[in-house]
Amino acid sequence: MKPAKNGLRVAAVAVFLLVVFVVVPAAIAASGRTDLYYTLSSVALLSIASGGVWLTFYIGRINIGQGAYSLVGGYVSAILVTTYGVSFWVSLPIAGLFCATASVLVGLPILRLRGVYFAMVTLILTEVARLAALALPITGGAKGITNIPPPGAIRIFGLTVVPAFDTFAERNAAFYFLSVTMMVLAFAALWRLVNSRLGRLFAALRQNEDLASSMGLNVPMLRVLAYAISSFLGGVGGAIFVAIAQSIYPSSFTVNDSVNFMLNCFLGGLSYVFGPMLGTLVLYFGWDLLFQAGEYQLLIYSGVMILLMLLLPNGLLSLRPPAIRPSLRMPAKRTS
Amino acid sequence: MAPILTVRDLTKRYGGLTAVSEVSFDVEANEILSIIGPNGAGKSTIFKLISSFVKPTRGEVRFDGEVISGLSPHTVARKGVVRTFQETTIFKGMTARDSVIVAHHLRSRASLAGFYFGTATARRDEQEFGDSADEILEFLGLGPVRYELASNLPQGHLRALGIAVGLAANPKILLLDEPFAGMNADETARAVEMVRAVRERGLTLLLVEHDMAAVMKISDRIVVINFGVKIAEGTPAAIRADEKVIEAYLGVEDETIGL
Repeated sequence: MKPAKNGLRVAAVAVFLLVVFVVVPAAIAASGRTDLYYTLSSVALLSIASGGVWLTFYIGRINIGQGAYSLVGGYVSAILVTTYGVSFWVSLPIAGLFCATASVLVGLPILRLRGVYFAMVTLILTEVARLAALALPITGGAKGITNIPPPGAIRIFGLTVVPAFDTFAERNAAFYFLSVTMMVLAFAALWRLVNSRLGRLFAALRQNEDLASSMGLNVPMLRVLAYAISSFLGGVGGAIFVAIAQSIYPSSFTVNDSVNFMLNCFLGGLSYVFGPMLGTLVLYFGWDLLFQAGEYQLLIYSGVMILLMLLLPNGLLSLRPPAIRPSLRMPAKRTS
Repeated sequence: MAPILTVRDLTKRYGGLTAVSEVSFDVEANEILSIIGPNGAGKSTIFKLISSFVKPTRGEVRFDGEVISGLSPHTVARKGVVRTFQETTIFKGMTARDSVIVAHHLRSRASLAGFYFGTATARRDEQEFGDSADEILEFLGLGPVRYELASNLPQGHLRALGIAVGLAANPKILLLDEPFAGMNADETARAVEMVRAVRERGLTLLLVEHDMAAVMKISDRIVVINFGVKIAEGTPAAIRADEKVIEAYLGVEDETIGL
């Protein structure tokens, strides 16, 4: 790896962190557009869920079922907080782990399917989750769960690390920082994943599962592992979303959301870890901007999506100058 | 010495069709054994049965005395029975070197979490895999193209890459699926040398092959399959003289079928 390239990468990360943690909040404070906190938090959380979908794409599966895990994660957190009085901060990892465990049980049989068959089954998952939320006694049916208290304080040895969210003057600013921090953590973890040997094993799976198993790779285990990480991210994203909205309904995450998670990945670029993040941002704001088009909103939106896929099959990130492209396709040659 | 691989009464039925019927043979350590037969004879099924990509209807395959038929393919590979594929089955989007490095997975001492967090063991593994991959690629004449994407490699190189990937898994027996198919005489001669060199590394080789000339040249012993049944087994010279084999390949003499 050339040091110059590494330096460029560090600089890019630094600029990104500066923008999301300093520039954006400062701009919002200066302009008074505090509603943007909510919007941008949503983008951050949706991109976490999309990042999970991206990982299932990475092992060669079209996943249109992430909405199910976001919904389940949201309900797990909401029920723990409202019914059992568990702190939001404890409910968050539990929601993620609950989704990961559920996805292992679901994934073991369905990950044997490939292509459009897997996609169809995952599409149904979202609907199954919605209907389950309507029918189960613990979820409160169609009325959902409302009045979920905001996250409390985190104290370590009596020291307040994170103050309770209702002490903030601008509560949505606190949620913004929470969402963005989680997004940064999630994508740092994903980046490390695909750049470690594990990522190469996943790529091997995507390219040929038979060949991978002939090498002694435990293909079913690796598939389920990727799917569980994906669902964990879906659950965590959903749980924070519910905390912001302070309510959850069976319709909080629908098939539409599942499809959007997938489109976010397509739009950003399936070859790039950070693709889903950019895809979510563009798609979210793109849809809102098209609102002025009125009844033609969906028509223009779909047209633009089709054109983008035709003209940029590798996503928006393929437009970057070659200098800062990742070495995913052309590994650094050894200089020795 | 006890055979390294024993195949006993191996049978595979697909519905009413018997693809392989009660086939038995032994493979000795460090020999080159070829399975031949006309198209559709069931060679490939036997190949898949041994590497456990397909489960037998009846019968068993033992490796080092242990039954391996019915286990999952990656477990069988783990035990040292590794198959290669024909040249179309490769990691198209990976470089030759990366493919071989991935194939070293069985040798890793670090856990998956270790690889994720980049522990000292994981880093040492990576280093060793890289060095070993370079050695294997050099050994099979792929050194100059190691950074090429597999999808850009010509057929001859892809065959070699398939063998390289197989070797990386550190097998005791390497199963080669038609290693000479579609090659001209020159390429075949080179591939034959390659297979011999692999044997020199102490491996046992099991081939499924069409190319009679190459098979005769390279094999210690040959097993002939026709309509799913073993019809002959022996040295190349014995097989060449075997009437049943000639019949299977050239058809029955005109008189015997009354023409």
